[in-house]
Amino acid sequence: MLRLEKRPSDSRLMAYMSPVMAIILTLISGALLFAFLGQSPTHSLYTFFISPLTDLYGWSELGVKVAPLMLCALGLTLCFRAKVWNIGAEGQFIIGGLGGGYLALQMGNIESAWVLPAVILFGALCGLGWAALAALLKTRFNCNEVLTTIMLNYIALNWLLYSVHGPLKDPEGFNFPESALFSDFAMLPPLFEDYRVSVSLAFAMILMVAIWTLLSRTMIGFQISVLGEDAKAAQFAGFRAKRLVWLTLLICGALAGFAGVSEVSGQIGQLTPYISPGYGYSAIIVVFLGRMHPVGILLGSMILGLTFLGGEMVQMELAMPKSITGLFQGMLLFYLLACDLFIGYRIKLKSSAAKVAAAGS
Amino acid sequence: MDVDLITNILFATLRTGTPLVLIALGEMVCEKSGVLNLGQEGMLLMGAVVGFMFAVISGNTWVGLGASMVAGMLMSGVFALLAVTLVANQVATGLALTIFGIGLSAFLGTDYVGMGIDGIGPWEIPLLSDIPIIGKVLFSHDPLVYLSWILFALVYWTFRKTRVGLIIRAVGENPESANAIGMPVMKVRYAAVIFGGLMTGLAGGYLSLSYTPLWTEGMSAGRGWIALALVVFASWKAERVMLGAYLFGLASIMHLILQGLGFDISPNLLAMLPYAATIVVLMVIASDAMRSKLNTPLALGQPYRPQL
Repeated sequence: MLRLEKRPSDSRLMAYMSPVMAIILTLISGALLFAFLGQSPTHSLYTFFISPLTDLYGWSELGVKVAPLMLCALGLTLCFRAKVWNIGAEGQFIIGGLGGGYLALQMGNIESAWVLPAVILFGALCGLGWAALAALLKTRFNCNEVLTTIMLNYIALNWLLYSVHGPLKDPEGFNFPESALFSDFAMLPPLFEDYRVSVSLAFAMILMVAIWTLLSRTMIGFQISVLGEDAKAAQFAGFRAKRLVWLTLLICGALAGFAGVSEVSGQIGQLTPYISPGYGYSAIIVVFLGRMHPVGILLGSMILGLTFLGGEMVQMELAMPKSITGLFQGMLLFYLLACDLFIGYRIKLKSSAAKVAAAGS
Repeated sequence: MDVDLITNILFATLRTGTPLVLIALGEMVCEKSGVLNLGQEGMLLMGAVVGFMFAVISGNTWVGLGASMVAGMLMSGVFALLAVTLVANQVATGLALTIFGIGLSAFLGTDYVGMGIDGIGPWEIPLLSDIPIIGKVLFSHDPLVYLSWILFALVYWTFRKTRVGLIIRAVGENPESANAIGMPVMKVRYAAVIFGGLMTGLAGGYLSLSYTPLWTEGMSAGRGWIALALVVFASWKAERVMLGAYLFGLASIMHLILQGLGFDISPNLLAMLPYAATIVVLMVIASDAMRSKLNTPLALGQPYRPQL
């Protein structure tokens, strides 16, 4: 008989191996799924995971997905480390894009280099403001942040829909629910000429280092970790928990808002109902996959970014539904949580000798 | 405002509130046993899509409804395996279940978008449905609305009067003690989680087989999450779950009421209403911190592993 036994202390090796195991299990399940759908498993997996990265254009496209995922996930890392279960990156992303897009449209006639910084800053501030609502509800009204942030996500999405169907709809847009195009002065430049990936990826890298420093080298980072590990200990040490809740949520909101405004002014160039393919939700998986460590977030974002690219690829090449992306992402998180069990526990063979010993005692 | 309009509003309120009643009652039982399952939205969508698929394939909506329940139970079984047996973090596992359910339902339902079926029609109860106003409001619904009342009575009675209710509560309040006096903690938690899955699956089937009836991606529109808030709002009491569900039903059909009264407000703005109402309700409830503390199952969200 197999049985689970608690390890004397958590296994560091398993903490790093668990994401690798989860990815392998997801690939195996994916192969079975493709086979079940009557496709060649090897060719499908190749199309999904390898073919998007066979040229520089593909890597640039990966960067397009990685930047927003990283930005959202870096913010969520702070929240989750403090056990603030912010599910609201999606809403903060949308409000950031909506706010920045609104300003870009208002400043459509202004030809100045200041338009872009204003748009970006305002987008980030809008995201921050949206997260501030959740922080206020948690600290002042003691509301469960999982539920409030989810509700704020739905409100944000409906606000975006209202805007593109109503006040921000392009009057010359043949009644499509889309805004007018932003002026060139409001557009985020690409990182490299001829490739789509925008400079937001560079900002994401810089912010990764900044968040890493914050978490590992500052008192605030230490306090966040203590609060998450043991709220009572944090209280005894005199850390102000509410201030930390505010701080983590505001930083996350600003980063997600920045991601949102970068998406509309770096990739899309206008407001549409589909400014996010669910980056804010996928970023949650990135955080768990990346072990709540900034470098892990980079690797996790690449994996999740690849699932977005792969979904588009199998849709184009193999005529399979794009929603396969969500399925892969969900499976990945499930396998990860299951594998994480082995960080704290190990499987033991219940030997007959142990039984005899147990009977004897 | 005329009588017809009020009758229609009350009728639609009960109809719209029904999925919330089902999900929230199931989740309440689950939480009473100490397990927080945030995967409601994912299970709901799976119930909806699987039910719809089976209804189309078999040509029988009742087969579809059965499949919805099985889908909900399977999903919650996966959750129980991870969160109860393997003591994974319940918040993370619930989120995983939702993300997985959204992805899998969209994938499974790709070929079914835009298909139509004959939904489960109303069963007008003889004689009673002839009563003016009340007959229309209470006794002209489809069978799942009546079923939700029966299930409510069952849950209410279980926690008020039966040993089973006591055992579930003991397990949710203090699993160690419950185990010490010989209660099967793990089995009770499994049963409660899977009952929750059955109820949410049923609610999903109600959405795609009766309420709309069709399948579209993400058609649950956050009802699973609203139901989770409802359980908190109801302080884990079945009768307040019913009340809350119907209040939310009313909030969700506000756009129909306002249109009926001649107001012209963007449907997107009005669609925010149930979500905003949820936040307001959470604020009101939580401001009375003492009461919500007293009513919350003590071991809610805490994994339990028996010492071997």
